[in-house]
Amino acid sequence: MAEEKKLFKVTIDNITIDVAPGTSILNAARQIGGEVTPPAMCYYSKLQGSGGKCRTCLVEVAAGSTADPRPMPKLVASCRTNVMDGMVVKNITSERVLDARAGVVELLLINHPLDCPICDQAGECHLQDLSYEHGREGTRYEFTRRTFEKEDIGPYIQLHMTRCILCYRCTYVADQLTDTRVHGILDRGDHAEISTYISKAIANDFSGNMIDVCPVGALTDRTFRFKNRVWFTKPVDAHRDCPTCCGKVTIWNRGDEVLRVTARKDQWGEVQSYDGKPGWICNTCRFDKKNLSDWVIEGPMEVNRHSVISANHYVGAVKPQETITEVMGRPPKLLMDIHKISDVNKPEVDLSAIPGPPTSETYEGNPRAIGHNPTDEKANEQGIGTTK
Amino acid sequence: MLTQRGKLVDRKPLSAWENLYLPGIIKGMFITLSHFFKKKATIKFPEEKRTFSKVFRGVQILNRDEEGRERCTACGLCAVACPAEAITMEGAERQPGEEHLYREEKYAAKYEINMLRCIFCGYCEEACPKDAIYLSQTFAQANYHRKGFIYKKEDLLIPNPKEDPEAYQRAVGERAGGK
Repeated sequence: MAEEKKLFKVTIDNITIDVAPGTSILNAARQIGGEVTPPAMCYYSKLQGSGGKCRTCLVEVAAGSTADPRPMPKLVASCRTNVMDGMVVKNITSERVLDARAGVVELLLINHPLDCPICDQAGECHLQDLSYEHGREGTRYEFTRRTFEKEDIGPYIQLHMTRCILCYRCTYVADQLTDTRVHGILDRGDHAEISTYISKAIANDFSGNMIDVCPVGALTDRTFRFKNRVWFTKPVDAHRDCPTCCGKVTIWNRGDEVLRVTARKDQWGEVQSYDGKPGWICNTCRFDKKNLSDWVIEGPMEVNRHSVISANHYVGAVKPQETITEVMGRPPKLLMDIHKISDVNKPEVDLSAIPGPPTSETYEGNPRAIGHNPTDEKANEQGIGTTK
Repeated sequence: MLTQRGKLVDRKPLSAWENLYLPGIIKGMFITLSHFFKKKATIKFPEEKRTFSKVFRGVQILNRDEEGRERCTACGLCAVACPAEAITMEGAERQPGEEHLYREEKYAAKYEINMLRCIFCGYCEEACPKDAIYLSQTFAQANYHRKGFIYKKEDLLIPNPKEDPEAYQRAVGERAGGK
């Protein structure tokens, strides 16, 4: 065996851990896990070069290293600062950090529309969790928020630029997972926006992964748009033999309808790795395989008990044995069958079969009707051609 | 004894006066008669109605804004807050030309409350971020069939304040601010 690597001893919130040199403070904290881990909105361990943008992972370094135990004068971004031997880091034990983080949350929310009741990301949104756990109530901002028109980039992905916090994760996905990047950040400062050049389509096999990496609801799945709230769906781990990707996904069902397919997420909200490789999934798996028969079901996804997604999901519940039939010798007469009366979830409306958001028409006689695609229409008007 | 008002039953033999029986009857009839002149505990219901308390939690209404647009965005918070699991809904995207009908880009195409399940706890009203659902000051009407208790969106929506301001005001009731 080669000579043993020297490990660095680092203390985070009074918990000491040995990590390899070159590890960032954030990753060292993730090795400890639990509450000492700083939140991260832009850093994504599976995307090279990500991090350093959002400043939510700020920590206080109380002692730089054994060699130079002076504290660092400013709070540092833990995703971009590597550990030194003997470093002492304060995260939740530091008043300064908590205060600064609340300030960062307020700044991130300055232009955020807070349209969570409409947004499809609600319930699994990192910004929601962040502001709930680290933010303050209310904002001091009094000016008009910047708004953008919503854009459909390609037939499958919808971009709500107003919700974007400019974490750059999606551009890293395009750079590192697809061969050509056709979208990026346009303009600067307050005007900065993610866009494609003349709304060019993002047509690549792995482009759908930018939906998964987006920490907010800026990039959402158009094939799932407005179909259901995530906490009413049943997340089930499933897989299929896919020639392009690993094929390991979570499918989000309503009854037997597959409303949405996503990659599986780990405890940090990032795509899970298999044998050291991130389990990105291809667009075919994500957007086109919306039949239960396409998938081999593995079992219900493990949902954090504190997540709203676990609401009304009774794991391990034991139903009492029905004895009426045995005692009476016939099944009980039902006085009402709710499925005959209710207008919700009618069998003729198959939401999983339509590739876009349902409209009033969908429920009133034309079950294949979907919402209009504003970018397509604009392109048609200008004669640029469709984005498909 | 919980109330401290219990009395031990008197088991003494009746006296001669009590044995006469008639005075006891007259005394009892007098008590009955005196009730004719007391305030009645009941009211003649369909004609007369009791005033409810201001915080009375009655049947739900789906609210509209000043311009008569539906406020509900089918966010599902009422349904997830509902302890009786009485609320279901389906959302849809607002299309161009429907802006006068729905306040935001998403709306509830279907909205149902199962009044047989509802326990009128008011959590839906508390959970609603859009001021879209309120518990009104009337109760759910009696019905001959169970299916009549599945309230659809048409049954729940408040009258349009632009088309029928009087009915709207009636539905708003005494709630302050016309919300």
